[in-house]
Amino acid sequence: MDLNTVVEVRDPRVPGPWLPGDAWLAGGTQLFSEPQPLVRRLVDLTRFGWPPVTLGGDLELAATCTIAELSRFGRDSGLPVAELVEQCCRAFLASFKVWNTATVGGNLCNALPAGPMISLTAALDGVCLLRTGGGERRVPVVDFVRGAGESVLTDGELLRSITIPEAALHRRSAFRQVSLHAHGRSGALLIGTADTGFALTITAATPRPVRLDFPTAPTAAELRSAILGTVTDWYDDIHGLPAWRRHMVLRLAEEIREELA
Amino acid sequence: MTGFEVRVNGRTHDDAPRPGQCLRTYLRGHGWFGVKKGCDAGDCGACTVHVDGTPVHSCLYPALRADGKQVTTVEGLATDGELHPVQEQFLAAQGFQCGFCTAGFLITAAALDDEGRADLPRALKGNLCRCTGYRAIEDAITGVKHVEEPADGEAVGRNLGAPAGPQVVTGTARYTFDVDVPGLLHIKLVRSPHAHARITGIDTAAALAVPGVRVVLTHEDAPQRLYSSAQHEIVEDDPCDTRVFDDVVRHVGQRVAAVVGETEAAAEAGARLVRVDYEVLPAVTDAHAAMRPGAPVVHDKDPVEARIARPADNVLAELHDEFGDFAAGLAEADAVYRGTFRTPRAQHAALETHGALAWFDAETGRLTVRTSTQTPFLTRRSLCALFDLPESDLRVVAGRVGGGFGGKQEMLVEDVVVLAALRLREPVKLELTRSEQFSGSTTRHPFTVEVEVGAKADGTLTALRVHVVSDTGAYGNHGPGVLFHSCGESIAAYRCPNKRTDAYAVYTHNVPSGAYRGYGLGQVIFAVESALDELAHRLGIDPLLLRERSAVRDGDPLTTASGAEEDLLIGSYGLDQCLDVVRAARAEPVGPVPGGWLVGDGAALSMIATAPPRGHFGEARLRLLADGTFELSVGTAEFGNGSTTVHRQLAASALGVATSRVSIRQSDTDLVRHDTGAFGSTGVVIAGTAVLRAAEAMVGALLGAAAERSGVDVSRCALVGRGVDCGGRVVPFSELAAGEPLTTTGHCDGTPRSVAFNVHWFRLAVDPGTGEVRVLRSVHAADAGQVLNPMQCRGQVEGGVAQGFGAAVAEHVDTGADGAVTTAAFRQYHVPTFADVPRTEVHFADVTDPLGPLGAKSMSESPFNPVAPAYANALRAATGVRFTDLPLTRDRVWLGLSRD
Ligand SMILES: Cc1cc2nc3c(=O)[nH]c(=O)nc-3n(C[C@H](O)[C@H](O)[C@H](O)COP(=O)(O)OP(=O)(O)OC[C@H]3O[C@@H](n4cnc5c(N)ncnc54)[C@H](O)[C@@H]3O)c2cc1C
Ligand code: FES
Ligand code: FES
Repeated sequence: MDLNTVVEVRDPRVPGPWLPGDAWLAGGTQLFSEPQPLVRRLVDLTRFGWPPVTLGGDLELAATCTIAELSRFGRDSGLPVAELVEQCCRAFLASFKVWNTATVGGNLCNALPAGPMISLTAALDGVCLLRTGGGERRVPVVDFVRGAGESVLTDGELLRSITIPEAALHRRSAFRQVSLHAHGRSGALLIGTADTGFALTITAATPRPVRLDFPTAPTAAELRSAILGTVTDWYDDIHGLPAWRRHMVLRLAEEIREELA
Repeated sequence: MTGFEVRVNGRTHDDAPRPGQCLRTYLRGHGWFGVKKGCDAGDCGACTVHVDGTPVHSCLYPALRADGKQVTTVEGLATDGELHPVQEQFLAAQGFQCGFCTAGFLITAAALDDEGRADLPRALKGNLCRCTGYRAIEDAITGVKHVEEPADGEAVGRNLGAPAGPQVVTGTARYTFDVDVPGLLHIKLVRSPHAHARITGIDTAAALAVPGVRVVLTHEDAPQRLYSSAQHEIVEDDPCDTRVFDDVVRHVGQRVAAVVGETEAAAEAGARLVRVDYEVLPAVTDAHAAMRPGAPVVHDKDPVEARIARPADNVLAELHDEFGDFAAGLAEADAVYRGTFRTPRAQHAALETHGALAWFDAETGRLTVRTSTQTPFLTRRSLCALFDLPESDLRVVAGRVGGGFGGKQEMLVEDVVVLAALRLREPVKLELTRSEQFSGSTTRHPFTVEVEVGAKADGTLTALRVHVVSDTGAYGNHGPGVLFHSCGESIAAYRCPNKRTDAYAVYTHNVPSGAYRGYGLGQVIFAVESALDELAHRLGIDPLLLRERSAVRDGDPLTTASGAEEDLLIGSYGLDQCLDVVRAARAEPVGPVPGGWLVGDGAALSMIATAPPRGHFGEARLRLLADGTFELSVGTAEFGNGSTTVHRQLAASALGVATSRVSIRQSDTDLVRHDTGAFGSTGVVIAGTAVLRAAEAMVGALLGAAAERSGVDVSRCALVGRGVDCGGRVVPFSELAAGEPLTTTGHCDGTPRSVAFNVHWFRLAVDPGTGEVRVLRSVHAADAGQVLNPMQCRGQVEGGVAQGFGAAVAEHVDTGADGAVTTAAFRQYHVPTFADVPRTEVHFADVTDPLGPLGAKSMSESPFNPVAPAYANALRAATGVRFTDLPLTRDRVWLGLSRD
């Protein structure tokens, strides 16, 4: 929709102060989908022209990498996690048309429980590179999202990229997603990864990503008690009752454990 | 910004967009009206365009980014006058009803690769269609053809395509907002943040200081007169409880003021700056609580003047009737079931939002209102009464309407545009946003229905009672009508000597409810059909058998708890055939089912009157034109229900000419004298009868004129395609047109009325571990009388089933403690997608109704009604659990099963 309060689209390569009412613009698929009465300037990240995907051992995803670019990269990569990448792209409620403009970084910064790029990068040990005028810092994806719609970004700070360590690209993975509707919004999205150890990432059912790491494959009872011991807050919104989400997480976690055993 | 340039369908536009503008409004601003707005939020896909060949939702796409790019809209799909194959396919399959979604589907389909075409449920998940149920869209994309071109005079009973088809698929059909009115001003509404409050002051100074803001209109500018937003032939059917702007607000989202600006941006900025002081009052948002002593009173009005049954108790309307002796009937029963059923608030979700434009004709000074309405004539009457205008000074027209479902049998915007136009004497427009549709228009009435039903061991009913509470929200529009109708055919469908009804329509401080497909029947039918099913389980007899034993039969009187309905009779009877269809389907093998899943099947039936009670008037005029073709003018509106196609078929068949020789004008108060409008499923039965009568009169007039001209006795004159054969010599119609003007009129007053039946049946598989339900089979049998256009009638059934399916498994408008709607976007309010809607096998009973035109009955609201109970009954058969509250989403199904 038209954002009628916006008076300027700014090029971030031109130095200038960050002002009240400024907002980073990536794909715009979230920004333009709701009224933004407080936004006065859009600072257009795509002007940086960052290369979307850089693979040199580790995988670096620019924040502005679109979902369509990531999906194409995954398909062509031949990496063991390629299938997981595609599964996560498909876990968007948004269709392939929105993928053409929506970005990975925008998905993380939105910080929604059902953000599938959060699920993907959290499960693959992703680390965010954050940048302000003053400098840079690195924050693991699992810590980047603090709650539903809430991230660690400070005013004017931007997400530059997400780095996924090489080792994570070669792990075996198992993916489970449920929604109230076919191809719908995630009510629970779980990813298991395994090499010598086992890790489970729970998203969509919880306000923020939950990561459980085990040095060796857990038993069913261990996994269950780890989940119930860690997750105290099951997310409650229109996309699923908390009790159902809890049940589905336990069920899908066990399926994942068995699949990766 | 300099040097902006975008090429759209080969044309260059070089004026720079505004910084925060999206591509959708930029394109529409340049006359590319094929680009539609269904949500403006990325969810519906109606705005899809190609940017450098890539499909995107233009409402999410920053217009500035189109700089240097090539944009293709639906208008650019055809090349050199040749339709794109996908356009041809949508025409051949008639992959649309209202057509508002069509441009988005075409543009999306044109961009699909093989992988996308092989997985349509996924590829089309970003495109919503509210009308079709998607089967017709699937047929279009996969190249199935349905449209026929029948021979002259043989159009009835054939798959004639919609007259507007070519415009729909090329994006040139003109919907409400698809007009360019120079100097148009824009209206934005200020809405209440409180559920109940008195306005103690409004400060408009800051708003008026915004450059471009022309005026702010508040309750001080609005007429004192009270009215109802509901539009009915009989004004007294609804309470008068509404003002254009009131000094008391009764729900969160109620309109408080209108800001008129030279641009939408100015109006929006002004609306944010209007300062309203409220004295907050206590509110009640639960219908049962609202009836208790001491509850806050929603309308402190005079009962007689306002036509409210008991204002102090928040009871808008009530019904207490008994037929026979309910208590005695219950005592006789071998088994009794009693249960309480709940259906939620739901949204029509017509893809075109409400909205209207108003302008004055420069020469005549006459005011024209162009609006998205199902009732142009009633809306004109309401506006004239409200603003003291003579009817001759006001013209109300509808363009093509992008879906209605009852939501547009309501005056929700026209009053505001007229108020603003009268004040400023300039053209104005008000177009609601999708979120305003949710929080500031109307919804389906939420119902709580308690049913008590008793039967003998063989399934013969002895007693049937319903206790109904409907939440009409803050205003009573359609409240009484929906309540009374809800207890009508739902109860009359069964032979039972003892019936009792207690029903209440209750005011609350919630968003108002209004007319919605089924008009209350669906809610009570859900309860009654569930209860009968449960009773059959308790008696250990087949639920279908119980229905056969107890449903009305041909020749039976139709009685509700209030006794027999005056002008309602079983004109024709197809229920037996419908039940046979289900019986046959049920006997077929189940097929493969995933391990561990539970399987069950269930059915429900519904009956509906073929027209609303107490008068519904249709009028049609037919005129012979100079070239020997005919112009048919009908009052009723077209919103995808397809009545226009049928009207053309009826006229062409009666006149014995090709359908192409009948042109149609419609939904314009200048065309005919009066027409009640397109609601209550009357497009075929009432307007169609009027058309048929006009055509029959025209036949007489043609023969008479030809006889006179040729001097041959009229008994030896006969119609032959393009003229009249007068004893061997053919007088062409064009020759007759040269003489006295030939115009005929047909009327229909909608009485007496017949009934139509629908039976739906599902076979479901349920995963008890997750709550997931799969539809293994969905069968619908409809008693539509003579089917005048099978393709279209099937489309109506499928669309109704899809909407019913949404009500069964997905849709609920939620509200917070203060009544504020918390699901005000399609991302929260799930309208069924291509992937959700099962394909339904549609069967028609072989029946001819003596009351309908050429034996036809209505078939647009009714297929919706039996779907949810059939689903719940199948779920009961599969799981043993009776679900009483809609919708049956996966989480709720799982919860229901795990509680047991
Ligand atoms: C139909 C539809 C379905 C959707 N389904 C889902 C879904 O299932 N799950 C989901 O999570 N989301 C969903 N979304 C929301 C959204 O499309 C995605 O989250 C998308 O990934 C956002 O990316 P974007 O580039 O478009 O973000 P933008 O809209 O450009 O930005 C989103 C927010 O993040 C900020 N931002 C963006 N990039 C940066 C950055 N690099 N640094 C700092 N701040 C930044 C912006 O200022 C803004 O506040 C959906 C949207 C639509 C329209
Ligand atoms: S209007 Fe753009 S997706 Fe609905
Ligand atoms: S035809 Fe699809 S929304 Fe009406």
